[in-house]
Amino acid sequence: MTPLATAAEPRAPGEAPTLVQITGEADLLRVRSTLRAQAQVAGLGLTAATKLVTAGSELARNIVRYATHGQGVVLVETAEEGSRRGVRARFSDDGPGIVDLGAAMTDGYSSGGSMGLGLPGSRRLMDEFEIDSVPGRGTTIVICQWNR
Amino acid sequence: MLEQVPLQRLGHTIIVTLQGDLDDATVERIERAVTDEVAKVRARGVLIDVSGLAVVDSFVARVIARLVGMVALLGAVSTIVGIQPAVAITLVELGVPMDHVHTALNAEQGMARLRRMWDDTTGYRR
Repeated sequence: MTPLATAAEPRAPGEAPTLVQITGEADLLRVRSTLRAQAQVAGLGLTAATKLVTAGSELARNIVRYATHGQGVVLVETAEEGSRRGVRARFSDDGPGIVDLGAAMTDGYSSGGSMGLGLPGSRRLMDEFEIDSVPGRGTTIVICQWNR
Repeated sequence: MLEQVPLQRLGHTIIVTLQGDLDDATVERIERAVTDEVAKVRARGVLIDVSGLAVVDSFVARVIARLVGMVALLGAVSTIVGIQPAVAITLVELGVPMDHVHTALNAEQGMARLRRMWDDTTGYRR
């Protein structure tokens, strides 16, 4: 079995984000462990942390499946707003982009033979979800999960 | 790597223990190994223990659901046991359809459920 991926050092508020390069399916483990470590720093509860890691796994897998050469970048940082803390993660690739964003955000829509739950499901799991996609240029998705 | 697939036999039942952070290839390898094993030993039931999974994303859920379907085609029944509460909440919000998947709280209840299911399908009581 694949050994557990080692997470990069979690970041305190204000520190530069942790960068995880995605070049293949094995990097999903690193994305998940990085998000889990950062969730702990931000004081997320178990359910909030599980949702974050799951959504991150969906979005990272989208990069592996759909981005050019399955490559992209994930930036993970601690978010702070007043007295609450959270984890913010930015998933970006310079792949083909999403032509019909409305369709892609609909349950069951898939151009790749999957269940088509990755994007709409991740949005439901997260406190904040922003997507920006330009056909031919790439896709950036920012998610954030707060500790309360 | 096949020898590392976590399968155990208990009478007519195959017990599959999923643990840790599984990559996609490992999940698919386990799916294949379980299907082969059910056919080989003519198992009547498969108990899939997911209590060691802290995260189940749509890919893993889909493979588990597919495995349950394959096992059914081979004439056996399956039960998923030990889904962690945080994982259950996440799967429901993610929207993964798991309607045809039977679940039980723990291995003991899962075994009882499997026995009931195959009694129902064979009309045979022991």
